[in-house]
Amino acid sequence: MLIRTQQDGFIHPLSSEITSSEVYANRRKLLRQWSAGAAAIGMGSWAQREAFAQGGGAAVKLAALPASQSAVQGAMTVEKVTAYKDATTYNNFYEFGTDKSDPARNAHTLKTAPWTIEVEGLVKKPTRFNLEDVMKWGAMQERIYRMRCVEGWSMVVPWIGYSLSDLIKRVEPLPSAKFVEFVTQADSQTMPGLRGGYIDWPYLEGLRMDEAMHPLSLLTFGMYGEVLPKQNGAPVRLVVPWKYGFKSGKSIVKIRFVEKQPLVSWAKAAPQEYGFYSNVNPTVDHPRWSQANERRIGEGGLLDKKRKTLMFNGYEAQVASLYAGMDLVKNF
Amino acid sequence: MLREVLRKPVAKLALVLVSLMPFAWLCSAIFLDHLGPNPAEYLIRSTGDWTLRFLCITLLVTPLRVTFNIPEFLRFRRSLGLLTFFYVLLHALCYGLFDMGLEWDDIALDIVKRPFIAVGFAAAVMLSLLAVTSSNAAIKKMGVVRWRLLHRLVYAIAVLAILHFFWMRAGKNNFTEVFAYAAILGVLLGWRVWHATTRRRQSGT
Repeated sequence: MLIRTQQDGFIHPLSSEITSSEVYANRRKLLRQWSAGAAAIGMGSWAQREAFAQGGGAAVKLAALPASQSAVQGAMTVEKVTAYKDATTYNNFYEFGTDKSDPARNAHTLKTAPWTIEVEGLVKKPTRFNLEDVMKWGAMQERIYRMRCVEGWSMVVPWIGYSLSDLIKRVEPLPSAKFVEFVTQADSQTMPGLRGGYIDWPYLEGLRMDEAMHPLSLLTFGMYGEVLPKQNGAPVRLVVPWKYGFKSGKSIVKIRFVEKQPLVSWAKAAPQEYGFYSNVNPTVDHPRWSQANERRIGEGGLLDKKRKTLMFNGYEAQVASLYAGMDLVKNF
Repeated sequence: MLREVLRKPVAKLALVLVSLMPFAWLCSAIFLDHLGPNPAEYLIRSTGDWTLRFLCITLLVTPLRVTFNIPEFLRFRRSLGLLTFFYVLLHALCYGLFDMGLEWDDIALDIVKRPFIAVGFAAAVMLSLLAVTSSNAAIKKMGVVRWRLLHRLVYAIAVLAILHFFWMRAGKNNFTEVFAYAAILGVLLGWRVWHATTRRRQSGT
């Protein structure tokens, strides 16, 4: 006779902790309702947004970019989506000016077609690709990410794209490639900010190979159901949700595979303030302000408390293992 | 003609009313939601900008008065100084309220920890010293010589204010406005050095 005891190596849950079959059976429906709710919140702001689509006075209707809901772990936060107006009028895109309202006003000059992405460096076959081809290399997914700016504010944005890893696998980097560098557009004809000389243009960003291969790293072509507005980095940008926003380069023209850690733009311009990793970390302050809290754009009144910033911007469960054993104070 | 107008009490009132217009606009903009997606940041920055502007205007009084030989300008110096203080008070209040949620421990820690905040705080404290000693009674009590000495702090305040602004913008290498204000204040302070040395030389001969 088989006598089962509590000591047989299994951890037995209390009956109260077991999910009822009814709830279990309804789990997909529940998830659908959640994501529909999140989408509906996003949709509410669509009604009033055409006027803000692309600055320059004239309202431009952007093309829809169909996508399916992402199944990647952590890719669908159920937090309230930031209003489209706020996400498209409050941007840091220094190529179009340093004020956060400048990109929405000035970015209409950006020429996004034709657009090519040059893949170079340590890859099997360095090639210049057309954007239309690159867009076909992965299934478009919608992902609702938190976006935390190093300046202490945050948004929740429904992006559209596919995992950067899909592109990386496609272009076959050599085993010697340890980092990926992203070169963004720098055209003094269309980008007035280039005259400002705040940093050495073009703007460069980079990731370690394992960071770039992480499924949450999103090669992004759209947001809020449409192609990217110009002030948000059209036609293709990166979104790395567990890092400060400036790590997610806009209007990418080159992806370069390299052996050594690249010297990225802000780390070069102000090495005491910005490091290569720039992971969101409430315990490591910026020299001039605390990173413990953040102001969620569009949330609450002036006098409401800021919200606590989460380790790795709330993606700790998904990405912490990338940094196991690393000193995150030193590697800020 | 100009001097007669400047002598009228209504001139001072008009100056104060015009100077409070930015404040009135900011107040109405809060309620009309005209401050953009991040109103807290807007208020902190614009009150800082207005403090700098009024500091420049206040320091402009003496050069104008001497250069154009219009002693009536002196009548506005105290009002302008107090308006500068009013805007720095708003600036500190916005920072304390919106950025720090009035957590006094956090504010104290911030001042100690960050030179950029410490410098701004020091300038604000100095400015409040000047504000509380701005009355005729205070001048009489202190004696004109000591009062004048204390109020030379305004030059240190100008330097600290620029340093505060410079450090605030340093992280983004965005110095255009910093240099503009530094140039204006540099000219205003430089004029004083020039004026003092030429006067000394003249009285020496």
